[in-house]
Amino acid sequence: MTEKTARIDFRENSRNASPAVVAATQNSTRTALRKRAAVVAEFGEERWQELRKAGHEIRMHALTHLDRYLAMVEEKVTAAGGYVHWAKDAEEAREIVLGLATERSVRSIVKVKSMVSEEIDLNPALEARGIRAYETDLGEFIVQLAGQRPSHITSPALHMTKEEVAALFCEKLGIDACPIPEELTEHARLRLRPEFLNADMGISGGNFLIAETGTLLIVTNEGNGRLSTSLPPVHVAVVGIEKVIPDWESAAVLLKLLARSVSGSKITAYSTFITGVREGGPKEFHLVLLDNGRSRILADKVAREALLCIRCGACMNTCPVYNQVGGYAYGAVYQGPIGSMLTPLLLGTGLAGGLPFASTLCGACAELCPVMIPIPEILLHLRKRFVEGDTFESPSVPGILKAMAKLGRIVLGSPTLYHLGGRLGKIFQAPLRRGDWLPSLPPPLNRWTMARPFPAFQGGFRGWFKNRKAAVKQAEGKLHE
Amino acid sequence: MEMVQLFITCMGENLLPDVLKKMVLLLERLGVRCELPEAQTCCGQPFYNSGFQAEGRQMALRWMKAFADTGGYIVAPSGSCVEFVKHRYPAMFPEGSAEQERAVRLAGRVLEFSQFLVNVLKVTDIGASFPHRVACHYPCHLTRGLGVRSEPLALLRAVRGLELIPFDESETCCGFGGIFSVVYPEVSKAMMETKVKNILASGAEAVVVSEPGCLVNIRGGLVKAHSRVRAMHLIEILAEGGST
Repeated sequence: MTEKTARIDFRENSRNASPAVVAATQNSTRTALRKRAAVVAEFGEERWQELRKAGHEIRMHALTHLDRYLAMVEEKVTAAGGYVHWAKDAEEAREIVLGLATERSVRSIVKVKSMVSEEIDLNPALEARGIRAYETDLGEFIVQLAGQRPSHITSPALHMTKEEVAALFCEKLGIDACPIPEELTEHARLRLRPEFLNADMGISGGNFLIAETGTLLIVTNEGNGRLSTSLPPVHVAVVGIEKVIPDWESAAVLLKLLARSVSGSKITAYSTFITGVREGGPKEFHLVLLDNGRSRILADKVAREALLCIRCGACMNTCPVYNQVGGYAYGAVYQGPIGSMLTPLLLGTGLAGGLPFASTLCGACAELCPVMIPIPEILLHLRKRFVEGDTFESPSVPGILKAMAKLGRIVLGSPTLYHLGGRLGKIFQAPLRRGDWLPSLPPPLNRWTMARPFPAFQGGFRGWFKNRKAAVKQAEGKLHE
Repeated sequence: MEMVQLFITCMGENLLPDVLKKMVLLLERLGVRCELPEAQTCCGQPFYNSGFQAEGRQMALRWMKAFADTGGYIVAPSGSCVEFVKHRYPAMFPEGSAEQERAVRLAGRVLEFSQFLVNVLKVTDIGASFPHRVACHYPCHLTRGLGVRSEPLALLRAVRGLELIPFDESETCCGFGGIFSVVYPEVSKAMMETKVKNILASGAEAVVVSEPGCLVNIRGGLVKAHSRVRAMHLIEILAEGGST
């Protein structure tokens, strides 16, 4: 299995972002945000803020006592006839799933939309063993058909228009599809129905694991989750260890937050609760609990709050950066603000150190986050890790930037040099100056002027202020004479 | 008589001295005595937010030394610099240290210009007149960071002849973001252009941008687009048509 080890170049990726992808992304996120705002307003702003606080506390509590709740999950799932597997990393998780599949001669799998499955690169591993895995969420189905990756964590195909989807269906399914969402959905449904019936195994992720009863909670809007986890004889759920919550009451709070934040609905169409093996359901239930770096993140006092995430995607929808570049620019499974935190936390700042800088720290994400993750705070923490290093990683910042910062600190840190700099700026800018502006500057400052002119250095305020003070004093003096 | 220490910010001093002069004239007109702590340079935010926290802390120590032995409120024409001193300084130093104590004391004194006018001086109408259609951009650190929304609006509503008009995505970031603008210039440009497009679509004759960084960004964008719409700091609007 080849792991992705290339450094993520956000700048290069953002330059290559397709305008069509960006336009479709903006269209979709705008709709999602509008719907979200409407249901939150209906819920009541004050009540919503209280609910966010409750959600934050529940998730914090669960993370703080993760060991206890995970043990509880294992005990309850086992008692309910299920099997619990522990995977320390992506490779182990893949091996567990592949082992379960090959032992049972599985040839065909139906899958419920799962980000963890993307994180561990499960589909290519299955394909490599000749096992066909069908994504059954409409968005995932489209993306899989197109040979792409999801560009958004809750709306995988939000970067595509209905016309593009219709063209894709015509090409790949050999049908005559019109760009009408209802018809496209029907085509996908017809295509998938036999796969649900033929599948030897269903694979899902999980939105939450309710510790008190060992119950896996999956929310979907299309019913595909329920079919995939009940028709095939074996159900394997791969779930990140941070998904554990204490009890059903916690689930009630988090479901309210999740549905409203994802899609602006009061409740998702299907909330499926699965506790071990049940009558009429699959004969086997396997729960794979995945660490893959999460316990290391947990040890980081600042960054651990990134693990509170309930994968609603609101931070991406509202992020002005995400909306200009689309999901692919983040070069990873998780995109937008949550990706800018999780990717460097999972892969290291050596590979993904550019992502925490892919933010203006505008704070729009933190304002919407249903579990109140202090996103800008964590991004600053990761910028520091990239530049200065910390107990988790050594620095990866290029030496030239370090030297520039040192020089900048020396100049700005001494009034003499600071004022000298201002005066020199005024002298050196003379040949470049056009009126009040400097339309173009030499590298690296052309990174500013490629977008807009730089204002000419002016200065002179201190002198003006001093003269004015002196004049006022003089006038006061005369008045007293 | 109220006395304030001017926190002129490095961007204000070097790029927007006219805004600073107008701020002093306005404050004096309202009977405020202005002092200028000479040793101030930069508050350290550009370093700290770029990950150079050690340099940021050294700059913070310098800044604190410049302001510590002064009296009265510390007033700046920038929500971003104020927010940095107010929220970040106290969290930058070890709990219970002398530096932290000093940071907390200074954090309690620092205010953005509109906050000082509306909440301390209790003034909203200072006799300005600006008979134009004006859109208001909400800078991120001022609005979300400091929670200043109503103060600039109250001041704008009191300006004679000023017609406040809404514009799309007025609370969305303009793409400045400090170091962001040069690390990812293409994305910054796209965000700025979206902002300019929305301003132009509103039909405003001027747009209020009360944050030096955002002002330089949006003003430059409007110039580049050959637009006649003026990007102005709130201070520049309040100085219009008054007796200064």
